[in-house]
Amino acid sequence: RDFNERCAQCSEVNWGLTDGGRFYCRSCHNVTERTREVVNTDFITNSRVQTISKGLRKPEEKDGGCEWYICEGFQLVLKKQVEALEALGVCPQMKDEILCNFWRCYLQKSKQAYCKRSAGETVKALSVCESSTDVDSDPERPSLLHLLSLSESEGDLQTDCSFASSVSKVSESTSVYSGSVDGSLYLMKNQKEKLRMTMPMTLSFCYMALLWVREPITLSELLRFVVEGHIPYLNVFQHFPEKMKLCGLDLKIFCVESWPVYEEVFNKMHELAAFLDLPRFPDITDSCFLHPDMLCMKYLMEANLPDELHNWTCRVVKKIGIGEVDFLTLMPGNKSTRKVKYDVLAAAVIVVVLKLLFLLDDHYEWLLSEFAEERNKNNTEGGPYFEFKKWYEVVKHSLDVEQKKLDEEKAKYLWRCEKPLFYSVKNKSKVLKRRQMVVNLQNQFGKLSGSVQRAEKPNPSSFQLRWSEENTGSCFHRHSLKGILQEKCGLLTAMNPDYWLCTVKLCNEKLCGHLAHYREVEFPQSYHFVLGLFSFLLRIQPSYIHDEVCMIEHKLFNKKLCKKLKYNTVLRK
Amino acid sequence: SPNEHKLNFKKSKEACLSYIQDALLQQQWKRAAEFLTCYVESLEKDYSREHIGPSEMIWRIGTEILWHHSQSSMKEFNCFMEQMKTLGVKRYLKVCLEHVFHLLCNGQIDEAYQNLSLAESWRFGEQTAIQDKEMKLVQAYRGLLDYCSWSKQKNILLEQGEDGFSDLAVEQEMHGYFRKAAVNLKEIIKIPGVWDVFVKCYVDLLEFYGDHNEARQVLNEYAYNSKFPANPNAHVYLCQFLKRQGESKKSLISALKILHDIVPSHELMIDFNTMLQKSKKRRKRRLGLEVIFAALDYAGWKENAKAWSCLARQVKQIVISEKHLDWVKQEWNSRKDWWPAFHFSRYLAKRNWQENKSLSYEKALVAGILLGKDCKYFKYVSHQGCKAQLKRFRMLKKFVNRHNPVCLRISG
Repeated sequence: RDFNERCAQCSEVNWGLTDGGRFYCRSCHNVTERTREVVNTDFITNSRVQTISKGLRKPEEKDGGCEWYICEGFQLVLKKQVEALEALGVCPQMKDEILCNFWRCYLQKSKQAYCKRSAGETVKALSVCESSTDVDSDPERPSLLHLLSLSESEGDLQTDCSFASSVSKVSESTSVYSGSVDGSLYLMKNQKEKLRMTMPMTLSFCYMALLWVREPITLSELLRFVVEGHIPYLNVFQHFPEKMKLCGLDLKIFCVESWPVYEEVFNKMHELAAFLDLPRFPDITDSCFLHPDMLCMKYLMEANLPDELHNWTCRVVKKIGIGEVDFLTLMPGNKSTRKVKYDVLAAAVIVVVLKLLFLLDDHYEWLLSEFAEERNKNNTEGGPYFEFKKWYEVVKHSLDVEQKKLDEEKAKYLWRCEKPLFYSVKNKSKVLKRRQMVVNLQNQFGKLSGSVQRAEKPNPSSFQLRWSEENTGSCFHRHSLKGILQEKCGLLTAMNPDYWLCTVKLCNEKLCGHLAHYREVEFPQSYHFVLGLFSFLLRIQPSYIHDEVCMIEHKLFNKKLCKKLKYNTVLRK
Repeated sequence: SPNEHKLNFKKSKEACLSYIQDALLQQQWKRAAEFLTCYVESLEKDYSREHIGPSEMIWRIGTEILWHHSQSSMKEFNCFMEQMKTLGVKRYLKVCLEHVFHLLCNGQIDEAYQNLSLAESWRFGEQTAIQDKEMKLVQAYRGLLDYCSWSKQKNILLEQGEDGFSDLAVEQEMHGYFRKAAVNLKEIIKIPGVWDVFVKCYVDLLEFYGDHNEARQVLNEYAYNSKFPANPNAHVYLCQFLKRQGESKKSLISALKILHDIVPSHELMIDFNTMLQKSKKRRKRRLGLEVIFAALDYAGWKENAKAWSCLARQVKQIVISEKHLDWVKQEWNSRKDWWPAFHFSRYLAKRNWQENKSLSYEKALVAGILLGKDCKYFKYVSHQGCKAQLKRFRMLKKFVNRHNPVCLRISG
């Protein structure tokens, strides 16, 4: 964009970019030798950037396939994902400016592209022209079985047992190890060094871009959209162009058989941000969606809790300083600050507020509820007081219904797609036969399923639980907290004088991975219920929320804790 | 671990299977089909480490659903089975056999026979040797169907014989079936196992053609060869055979004795007791008493008038002769704590009297002897009987009263 030279041919300043990254004049189509300097962002130093040299590409193979590199595949995946995000309403800059540049930066840093290739390093595919004896006798070349056993995460594709033995018999010249040029090499690489790209990492890229642009999509939402199919992830390879043949080890890289886990995507994103040497991300201020005040409001609504609780969440946020810009904004590479999980944090704040006001010890909250019930019976003017019991019943009912639906959906999930996957050309026919049989059986039993049609993908929605505000019997947003509050010195405080800590001592997160260890039986049922509610909404394990709750509590009661560490865990506020 | 609840293909399919299982148990065929539709893609993954792979699951579950689902037809069922046969070569013959069973249940004998013949001609490298047992079963069932055909021809022949006709063609056919059936049935019963139906048919064939020696040998093998699993039916068949053949009492008794040891409640015990009572040998009569008491320990015999009459006859005879009272005492010893409540309650007295007078008569006799004339059962029944002016009940009352001292020695 900042290229201001006049065109040599027509003297216009009207430049575009070819696929190869060179500038061409839009008026006269003169292609220059100048390649694009990435000037836009602050974070990439003004190094000369070169695209993947076209010279490496061989002419298309006879079966219509072409040579392609793994990173090209991932580039396609990212493209699809960000297009889907755009369709969801994310700003278009994300695709062309943000994610694109993140990706290029990654390629450069990991030396897959945009850099000079060192002389000794060649991308050598393991072809099967060599006889099996060669393969066996070369100790440096990893055996196929070894490569296949390298897995990023457990539960990946199990190998076709016959594949390994059949490989040595193949005499075709095309590589059966992978359809891509560098599939086998890719898996061999030491992942620690260069942050090897994986499918879950594509989501880390997306999340990173979303965070940079401060879009109102949390990580848990993003992952939920992925599971619901609004963002391509599973089987995204079926959108690869025909000529990009996928087989062998490519499957290990591109085919996922498990849903991404929050922690994994989250941690990878931070690793990535540090790897790319990114500067401080744009500020998360209190007008941002990701700010705890905002997220709390959303979650309060979704959890069908009174709006009045928002005052309390804001108070807690303020008191412990988690609403500060410096706390919330991501500073890549800074190991001392704890990484912020915006959604989990907000949920945890709500849990803490509930504990502050209702104690949640399986006694007090029901007692308060009884008082509110009495009051509501005798006095109907001025709006109803919030009754914990009623809320519990309403929410539990909906939650059970939704959870049951979700469980069934998980069981009915279809993982395969039309595009057949095979490790080698040899078992292609077997794979196709199997696929045909599967389709037949699906048809046969599908007909017997009755009128149950597989429902259309529901429209992506930010809210999973909805409460109609007209119905004050089952919607608690407008209910009042008056019954549980009292005024003291001009300040509204909770009537509940007690608080119990989830844990007296926090664990060392770096050592055991958690701040605390959540075991359902050790905590009151109400607490467990509340954790379960947010666990469902965020689609994460209750223990993560529990961790954040512990963290917040320790910040909140810091002074008191330092004094009385030995005795009872019930504190007077 | 954070990966515990990670949803992946395997867990998703496991969950799917448990939904299928629930639906099957509750006979919700539509719902089971719905989930099975989602499960079938498991075929595209390798499960060689699992004990039961998806192809077997799909075969078994699909069979259940198609068999019970209201909208499923036999045609669809057959089509499905053919697909399943191609799925797992290691299971080929098993699937064939199951298919045949279903066809038989549906009355499609001819189709079943065709399938069996087809299965018999199947060859697949080393699998043929590995699936040898299943092959024997296939042949055995074909033999069984041959037997059915033989039986049909035999009946036709017998009918014709009555009318005075004799059709050579039918006879030839019949013999043909016999040969085919015999060859296969003979083979399978050589292998240790439970082959009741095959044994019965084979013996039937042998008896018809007069080869009693072979029949006896087969039955002896089946009953007494320790390699075969313990099977009371084997003894029953042997006993029935011996009876039919009019064999010596001795062999029959020894066979029945073994049956008594295995299944004291078997229905043949009545005949056994009757035979033993008649015996001149003391030991045999003693055994007879033991046999009938043992049979009546079982709830299934409680209302069996014949059984009670056997017991009644024997104990009555003992009381009259006043010999061998100790036998009765011995048998009664282990039963006196619970038989009264089990057989001789007042409630049962009323009920027996209402429903079956003969039964109540026999029981009252036994009760009167074992428990004395003051026992509830006897008092009630004899009283009712005398009220109704039935002669035998008056006789009964007299008898028990007269022999009461003897009875007391038993119950004492």
